[in-house]
Amino acid sequence: MDDTQRIVMTGIGLTAPNGNSLDEFRQSLLNCKSGVTHTEIRYMGKQAAGLCDFDEFKFQSKKIRRRGTRAGSISIYCSNEAIKDSGINWESVDKSMVGVYLGITEHGNVETENEIFEMHQNNLDWKLWSPHHNPRTVSNSPAGEVTLNLNITGPHYTLGSACAGGNVGIIQGVQQLLLGEVDLALVGGISESPQTFGIFAAFAAQGALAHHDDATLASRPLDKNRNGIVISEGGCVYVLERLSAAKARNAKIYAEIVGYAINSDATDFVNPNSERQVECMHKAIKRAGLKISDIDIVNMHATGTGTGDINECRAVREAFADSDKTFINFTKGHIGHCMGAAGALELAGNIPSFTDGIVHPGMNVTDLDSDCELKNLVFNEPKFIGNVNYILNNSFGMLGINSALIVKKYTV
Amino acid sequence: MTAANVRQIVLDIISDIAPDEDVTVIDDKKSLREQLDLDSMDFLDIVMELRKRHKVEVPQEDYPKLATLDSCVAYLSPKFA
Repeated sequence: MDDTQRIVMTGIGLTAPNGNSLDEFRQSLLNCKSGVTHTEIRYMGKQAAGLCDFDEFKFQSKKIRRRGTRAGSISIYCSNEAIKDSGINWESVDKSMVGVYLGITEHGNVETENEIFEMHQNNLDWKLWSPHHNPRTVSNSPAGEVTLNLNITGPHYTLGSACAGGNVGIIQGVQQLLLGEVDLALVGGISESPQTFGIFAAFAAQGALAHHDDATLASRPLDKNRNGIVISEGGCVYVLERLSAAKARNAKIYAEIVGYAINSDATDFVNPNSERQVECMHKAIKRAGLKISDIDIVNMHATGTGTGDINECRAVREAFADSDKTFINFTKGHIGHCMGAAGALELAGNIPSFTDGIVHPGMNVTDLDSDCELKNLVFNEPKFIGNVNYILNNSFGMLGINSALIVKKYTV
Repeated sequence: MTAANVRQIVLDIISDIAPDEDVTVIDDKKSLREQLDLDSMDFLDIVMELRKRHKVEVPQEDYPKLATLDSCVAYLSPKFA
């Protein structure tokens, strides 16, 4: 295929509850280091959550941070780190040909809750409603903050796609590069969800909010005693370029994006549909021109809910029934559910497998649910499998949005 | 409340709104916007904080009276009396 029609990842910037760079994150995944802690949530008290501790002021002033949002701050940090990691001479980049495409699960709830809280603290004085509420809560806000910070004049927007956001942001960037709309894309997903009380309360109302006396054990996908989702924040931004451009500047290439698919369940607001999930994975594999058995690693969405995990295990079992060499892992035991960031972050956690040949484990499985048993499931201990060529990353979300992304090891 | 107290109240608010600025070097007679990185949205924040923290209301037509620290003190002191 023509190098102008091949899209590669040349930079990664991330913040996760257990690491602020790819190296830190990967080590935490291999060592089963949890990023989940207990934190105080307004009205609800102590809750398990995954919080990031990156330096908010590394790339923005205190004033701009105050004016913007946590989601924007995460986006700015990840974008700057990704550009730095890519080694590109940013000054020489035509900023009108750079696009910013970030997946989000939700946006604006944090700011709206805060305004309402302040109003209630002040006798419902509506005149205290901040003039910043509009720019903070428009749905393009996190991506827009990146353009302000980096003087990017190309297109920017977010992709509202629930917890499939990370994959969807990446897919959007691939498509825009292939269309020739941009020459470089900053893509991925971000989430600031633990800053809002509403998401905790909503999952609690569904009986799907994880809890455990030891916060590090609260998120336990596929375990028989799992009891729900740990809400986490995080972000992961990739620099995407055409292979021709990456070669021209002799860039380090993490991976090539060779397949993807997005589909819809069309069945329920919250409950997943394993049949559609199978279709989504198979569609991505078909687009990549691969056989099922070509996939070396599948990263599951696996959130830790009762039915969600069982449904996805059923889907993965069926989708990869014909492969004996596909290994399965998941990431949310380490970091909780990073919502819009989940897909992009979890993919990043697996990309080093191209060089070290190791599958990082899912963690916190002490008693594997018999309904979640899978061939070649890697949990609690890393597994060396040797040559890794293809990784498939699943990310699913409410309203029945499914996404699967396939990346290939780049070889000259 | 003394003029010094009112001045300090305004400085405290500016310090929160523009935390990267050194407010100790402000010339009270000069325009705040000439000395600090403040824009119109920041002045809205100052008005908002006066209302939130001190229940002091500044109508829109009076915003120009917050141009310098001296004018802030002159305008706000009666409201804190």
